[in-house]
Amino acid sequence: MTEGVQPTFTAAPWRERAQEALIPPLVALLVALICGDLLILSYGQSPAAVYRLLLEGTWGNAYGFGQVLYKATTLAFTGLAVSFGLRAGLFNIGGESQLAAGGFGAALMGLALPVGTPLILALLVCMIAAGLAGGVVGAVPAYLKTRFGAHEVIVTIMLNFIVLALLNWFIAGHLHVPETLHTPEIHAGVLPRLADIDPRFHGSAANLALIVAVLVAFAVWFYLFRARGGYELRAVGLQPQAAEYGGISVGRVWMRALTFSGVIAGIGGINYVLGYKHYYEDGFASGAGFLGIAVALVGRNHPLGVLVAAFFFATLSQGGLAIHAFVPKQMMDVLQGVVILAVAMAVPEVRRILRGARGRSDA
Amino acid sequence: MTGGPASTGESARGQTSAVPAIRMEGIDKSFGAIRANRGTSVEVMPGEIHALVGENGAGKSTLMRILGGLMKPDAGHVEVNGRDVTGWSTNEAIAAGIGIVHQHFMLVPTLTVAENLVLGCEPKTRGIVLDYKRAAEDVRKLSTETGLVIAPDRLISDLSVGEAQRVEILKVLFRGARILVLDEPTAVLSPPEVRELWTVLRRLRDKGDTIVLITHRLDEVVEISNTITVMRAGQTVARVKTSETTPAEIARLMVGREVSLSAGKRVQPSGRPAGPQPDQGLEARNLIVVGSRGIRVIDDVSFSVKPGEILGIAGVEGNGQTELIEALAGLRPVFAGDILIDGVDMTRRSVAQRHDAGLSHIPEDRQRRGLILEYTVANNLILGVQKYFSRRGIIDRTRVMENAIQEISSFDIRPPNPVLAARALSGGNQQKIIVAREMGREFSVLLASQPTRGVDVGAIEFIHQQLLDARAQGKAILLVSAELNEVLALSDRVAVMYRGKFAVMMPAAEASEEVLGEYMIGTKKGNAA
Repeated sequence: MTEGVQPTFTAAPWRERAQEALIPPLVALLVALICGDLLILSYGQSPAAVYRLLLEGTWGNAYGFGQVLYKATTLAFTGLAVSFGLRAGLFNIGGESQLAAGGFGAALMGLALPVGTPLILALLVCMIAAGLAGGVVGAVPAYLKTRFGAHEVIVTIMLNFIVLALLNWFIAGHLHVPETLHTPEIHAGVLPRLADIDPRFHGSAANLALIVAVLVAFAVWFYLFRARGGYELRAVGLQPQAAEYGGISVGRVWMRALTFSGVIAGIGGINYVLGYKHYYEDGFASGAGFLGIAVALVGRNHPLGVLVAAFFFATLSQGGLAIHAFVPKQMMDVLQGVVILAVAMAVPEVRRILRGARGRSDA
Repeated sequence: MTGGPASTGESARGQTSAVPAIRMEGIDKSFGAIRANRGTSVEVMPGEIHALVGENGAGKSTLMRILGGLMKPDAGHVEVNGRDVTGWSTNEAIAAGIGIVHQHFMLVPTLTVAENLVLGCEPKTRGIVLDYKRAAEDVRKLSTETGLVIAPDRLISDLSVGEAQRVEILKVLFRGARILVLDEPTAVLSPPEVRELWTVLRRLRDKGDTIVLITHRLDEVVEISNTITVMRAGQTVARVKTSETTPAEIARLMVGREVSLSAGKRVQPSGRPAGPQPDQGLEARNLIVVGSRGIRVIDDVSFSVKPGEILGIAGVEGNGQTELIEALAGLRPVFAGDILIDGVDMTRRSVAQRHDAGLSHIPEDRQRRGLILEYTVANNLILGVQKYFSRRGIIDRTRVMENAIQEISSFDIRPPNPVLAARALSGGNQQKIIVAREMGREFSVLLASQPTRGVDVGAIEFIHQQLLDARAQGKAILLVSAELNEVLALSDRVAVMYRGKFAVMMPAAEASEEVLGEYMIGTKKGNAA
């Protein structure tokens, strides 16, 4: 405490930050494992055997691992979408319909493109269509909130019903292949099924969209933590009054945050439509949008955390299939619920304990 | 817990007793890397008014929280009336007669005075129904005993700030407190209300109660206290009798160096531009702002602040000062009237546009408006000017860091660590971040709202000097402060706001605390030009 002290960077807070970021999910995982043990025992099975089976069925072989990656891809998109909104203090519950709209947009664009379009161009154009479709769905609550103060949670939930019903009407009434609830297949000459491009995952649905998800995660990270827009967006999320004071238009940030949240979820639609089935099918997004909320929560709204959480949740869901012979696969849904609850509780608890521990060691 | 007033604390009576009412010794308390108390010691004798003074972050409040059982010390021990009570609970503290009057009121606004007082220990008829009559009677009795006059059946939401505080004090007395701790009790009071408070505190002391007053206003310390403990950086640096010391001495002990207590303004600033254009500076014409309940919170106010001038606005809080500043800053819509900055109409312009036109703003609520507490010091130092620190939409982190290092050293922000979250800094240093940001850049008009509230003596002196330097450089400054002496010491002209209007506007040379005080409480009404 002398005069004219030189500024220091000694805090090196990254270790503390890493602890605070990593310990809650790990504690939650531990709690979930214990609950899992109890559940498995209640079915008269050996936890060790079931878990071994779970690992073999997911990470243990190329196909299983590919399926995990495929499921993680969609969850990564919806998780990123939710976390992007949350960073601005907005709760986007509309991932479900935005994802579906995105998939629909990609399918329509795929059908409209002429045969012989260069692969990269076709992929890009379809992605843009997916993003636009998701963005339009996201822009509606954004506009209603900014203009009329309508709460985004209500609007996004309600919009899920409207958009999904509209899509259902399009498919059932106009665009479907007879006897099915999906659009015609995109011509392979326009765009091959992305999962077929690389055979490494032995026929699983894992595809190029995974790389797109990682790129989007990086873009989100860069925007949030390096761009001026992200500085302003996070400011609005943390303290809207201070943001307003800082000359930031809170309404414009809301508009941007929810719209782009929709765009991100929308792009996620390519995973199923371009990567796996090659057509839009009614109900393909079912559940993935909502699970995105859990992914964002467990991933602590950080893009890297979201990727990890998406992979984790995908493992559980694929693992459910692998262990179905021994215990009901719904057990994995229970475990997902336990993880979500445990993380929600562990975050403030663990932080408090960490602080206490540090306080003592310093004294 | 305890039934009513004057039921406990018998042992606290009597000045002849050599047993201190409070004895805290060698108290250590850390929060993470921050050591709030380092071997702090305090001794308060029964029946005295003891002032606990120190800069922000000196550890006063932490010490009192430990006394009240809200926290446990890492080391050291606490004795109350000779009994070792280290690490006790809040309930035990209340039962032993400790009463803490917090800086922020903890009253239920929709309940009456009496209902608030009996909250948690309600007298009941037949065990269920609140015996309101008895509660009101108890309150009236205590009220006349102590001189804290207040009607028991008034709603808290109808009370003035001064009255609400009286209720807070009554509340702790009602629970049988004989050792009162008041945390910055005068921060929200007008001068007449402060005088009333002193009368009450003296009466309580003469009755044998022990009072600990946390404050950083030295004039108050000298006026009211018997003994003083001075704290600096978590340590006790002195314990003195008030009669044997001077404000300058206390200030020196608090800061650890000499401090000039009066901002030396009256010298004509040398750097004042020869002939400012007549329309330069800030001007408001017939400004009307309508509040949330449809009332005119600013009612037809006109004034101008010229370059090289400080216009000070005094007044009891809640008379429209907040709304005036927010309207000028662009944070609150204007119903009618014009706002001009350097002659340009800004009435309908955004915050950012006013910023670009040369408006700087030190907001009154630094924790909600002025800072993003989770952001680092460096990031807070660019709030509002973030666009000048980015290129093609990307924040230029090197420049942000360079700027932070420069501002941290020129405004002496501590700890000098640009990557620390603003939340981790003391109140005074948080304020320095805002002052550094708003005054460290190019500006022509400054709105300074409560610029030194809750800031320690050393920082007050520094901020005052910054304001005077800016004035000397030809900036137009509008100063709003609840501190009358601050307004008087810094301003060229002073205005008093009362119920959304200027009750009076006069040259500071003609004003005094007494004159302004009457306008502040509305006993004298005038018409400002």
